[in-house]
Amino acid sequence: MNLHGMWAIYYSELSRMWRTLFQSIASPVISTSLYFIVFGAAIGARMEQVDGVSYGAFIIPGLIMLMLLNESIANASFGIYMPKFTGTLYEVLSAPVSPIEIVIGYVGAAATKSVLLGLLILLTARLFVSYQIEHPLWMLSFLILTAVTFSLFGFIIGVWADGFEKLQIIPMMIVTPLAFLGGSFYSISMLPPLWQTITLFNPVVYLISGFRWSFYGQADVHIAVSLGMTLVFLLVCLTLVWWIFRTGYKLKP
Amino acid sequence: MPGSAEVVDAVIRVAGLSKTYASGFQALKSVDLQIRRGEILALLGPNGAGKTTLISIICGIVNPSGGVVMVDGHDIVRDYRQARSRIGLVPQELTNNLFDTVWATVSLSRGLFGKAPDRAYLEQLLRDLSLWDKRREKMMALSGGMKRRVLIAKALAHEPQILFLDEPTAGVDVELRRDMWNMVRGLRERGVTIILTTHYIEEAEEMADRIGIVNHGQLILVEDKALLMRKLGKRRLTIQLQQPLHELPASLASQALELSADRCSLVYSFDAQGEQTGVADLLRSLAREGIEFKDVNSSQSSLEEIFVGLVHGSNQQREQA
Repeated sequence: MNLHGMWAIYYSELSRMWRTLFQSIASPVISTSLYFIVFGAAIGARMEQVDGVSYGAFIIPGLIMLMLLNESIANASFGIYMPKFTGTLYEVLSAPVSPIEIVIGYVGAAATKSVLLGLLILLTARLFVSYQIEHPLWMLSFLILTAVTFSLFGFIIGVWADGFEKLQIIPMMIVTPLAFLGGSFYSISMLPPLWQTITLFNPVVYLISGFRWSFYGQADVHIAVSLGMTLVFLLVCLTLVWWIFRTGYKLKP
Repeated sequence: MPGSAEVVDAVIRVAGLSKTYASGFQALKSVDLQIRRGEILALLGPNGAGKTTLISIICGIVNPSGGVVMVDGHDIVRDYRQARSRIGLVPQELTNNLFDTVWATVSLSRGLFGKAPDRAYLEQLLRDLSLWDKRREKMMALSGGMKRRVLIAKALAHEPQILFLDEPTAGVDVELRRDMWNMVRGLRERGVTIILTTHYIEEAEEMADRIGIVNHGQLILVEDKALLMRKLGKRRLTIQLQQPLHELPASLASQALELSADRCSLVYSFDAQGEQTGVADLLRSLAREGIEFKDVNSSQSSLEEIFVGLVHGSNQQREQA
């Protein structure tokens, strides 16, 4: 095991975040605060409680998930795309580091950053609404599991992308719509029966539902199903990453 | 095959190495090469000959299509950690993390290759490469020459036993080129094996112990530089005439003798290793014809001429095949 190599990648990636600390933290915190102001304070005040939870508190898990998915994908995809783009990836490929160590370095750094931001947004939310966390360990586990899974997904996008437009296209065209339609701002029980069924094909529903359960003990789908679906997506991402390194896809001619 | 002669203390053994890219381009065709421990081997060849592909496969950046590469007894695929930890690579392109400082990027390189941080070693390395004063500067603020030095520092950050320099002096000024040559000699004295690709024949002539010539994905020759110069080097005798000569007398007509364009000198090419060089006969013939000369000088053909001759010969063979 090349621990120094793994740490070198992880540290270097986190240093990049440190260099851009203001935009790394300020941007997601400000945009999430705006959501709380608009949906939580302005509109939420006129809305009824959802499943016995005030609307402002209800949207916290969804908003954190929305940010977590976008940040995990953005950080991890950019992390691996940049060395590809600048050509510095030659050094990682020629170093005695295994694919697993490379992935832990890049994905670990992206997930670390996302989890820290998630916790920061949780603290920011306290400024606007009061909330409770019934299962704090499960909350943390879901946060970490989702960050790791979507950082892996971002890593795959970063390897696949051969231009900056492609880096943006999947988060913008697929992930954000799925997150909005996955129950960030509502419970899927509020939808007509047909749409409830259709919504169950959206994988983000399971992430948000499971995460919301860790806060309020209530969920759109059973916690075990949420956990299972998240693990399935993790497994799919791991399989794709394994295939990338096995074939050298877009990394090694 | 030219590079397959058994070398006793080979630090790199390449056997039957081939590479065909997804586009169908065959960059390497069953290359055999053994590189001696501690030598400087220069790989010469025209653009697209396969030099960079050969280096990239050995370093782990490109997957081989066939063949075996052993680095210090370790297979580059099965035992890649051991193989790669011995190698440092200075790539052809000036690729850098633009926002990193010099110190950060060199530290990253050392860590990637599994070495614990060693501030004293990195400080000395940066001092040797005149980079110590620049250690806190970002890569984007450095000149092209300085970036090239940083790439060398990165390649040496993990104390490799083998250093690959892929066209290290392309586009660098005379001073830096001389510094690099001195650095390479210093490394060789410390026992580092150096493989360099270059377009500058003078560089190979100045530095290398052995020369390998690559053309169209094949290693057409690997030879000790001095031996190569002796074996393939033609000598040239230039005879400055007292009076211009309108044409060569019939008795002097020979493929080896040419009249210069200004008709003021004769140029005679001969094999320096031959038993009979023909110089004495030529001088006697000139006297017989009453052709007077004022000066005679001889020169050895340069490595450049040898290189051009070999590549040209190899291209002709291909066309005939």
